[in-house]
Amino acid sequence: MSGMNPKSANVGIVIVSHSPLIAEGAADMVRQMVGDCVPLAWSGGNAEGGLGTHAAGILAAIERAWSDAGVAVFVDLGGAETNSEMAIEMLGEPRSRRVIICDAPLVEGAVMAAAEASGGAALARVVATAEELSP
Amino acid sequence: MIGEGWKKVSVVSANAALIGGLIEACREVIAANADHLSELDRAIGDGDHGTNMRRGLEAVHAERNRLVQLPLPKALEETGLTLVMSVGGAAGPLYGTLLIEIGRQLADANGQIDFASALESAIDAVARRGRASPGDKTLLDVLYPVHAEVVRRAGLAGICEEAERAASLTFGMRAMRGRAAFLGDRSIGHVDPGARSCALLTAAICRFLEEQCPA
Repeated sequence: MSGMNPKSANVGIVIVSHSPLIAEGAADMVRQMVGDCVPLAWSGGNAEGGLGTHAAGILAAIERAWSDAGVAVFVDLGGAETNSEMAIEMLGEPRSRRVIICDAPLVEGAVMAAAEASGGAALARVVATAEELSP
Repeated sequence: MIGEGWKKVSVVSANAALIGGLIEACREVIAANADHLSELDRAIGDGDHGTNMRRGLEAVHAERNRLVQLPLPKALEETGLTLVMSVGGAAGPLYGTLLIEIGRQLADANGQIDFASALESAIDAVARRGRASPGDKTLLDVLYPVHAEVVRRAGLAGICEEAERAASLTFGMRAMRGRAAFLGDRSIGHVDPGARSCALLTAAICRFLEEQCPA
């Protein structure tokens, strides 16, 4: 999958929310900011489309936003983080080492990270930029 | 000696009837208590624990024909993966990690590990996954006491009783993890839904095993 992604030079962004509306909305804001020069995907809601998160959906989103430069993941509440960790493990080595869950606000973090990623910054730099937002 | 019986049943003579029976017992107890679990979760969380767990156990049940063909360690691991993929919420990764780790411990040790040790490693993995400790008002507050009973070779009835008792004790605890932690002191006075589902599943498993190998 990664080899087929023409955008793989830049770090990818994944947005995970309990609400599909929030995840999609935050992704829209990122898209407005950086266009399509950053691989971007979201996962929102549980397996039945209700509020919640699920590892399978997050894993699929990471695959969609995959970049050899790595992927920064933004989460809202507890289960979003736990399920994201699980999804990253299921991705397997060595790719799992290039996916980082950011300790940052979902919307602001994703937008700032995407702006940084669109300039070609490395994963560590993208993550650090987003995490500067957290007190 | 029932502790020994458990070990013998779970590791040595695992078979399709045992795995199928365990799946059925767990599915039944969650289906019968899904509303109760969601009600507990509504008080201090987001109210979906019962429906999430029911979805997970239904997914496992749908795979039972494949799962019963596997050796017990592999069946546990695969069941855990199915729960991770289907339950959602924090409970999916937590219960999933528990079963995946028990299965891996049993498989890696190739029969050279007792169930209690495998269970302990798996519970520690759940604690790391949830970044939680005993006393935080989570399913760990049932898992660790259950493990202690297994270690001291309590009978199945004793393990079952301890699980129920341990879940009840979360009533007085202040939640430190998960959505309930947002409530602070207001989380006191409610049984933790994860601890409750854990006690229900433990009881269902104990009852089933007791029917299989009466003392």
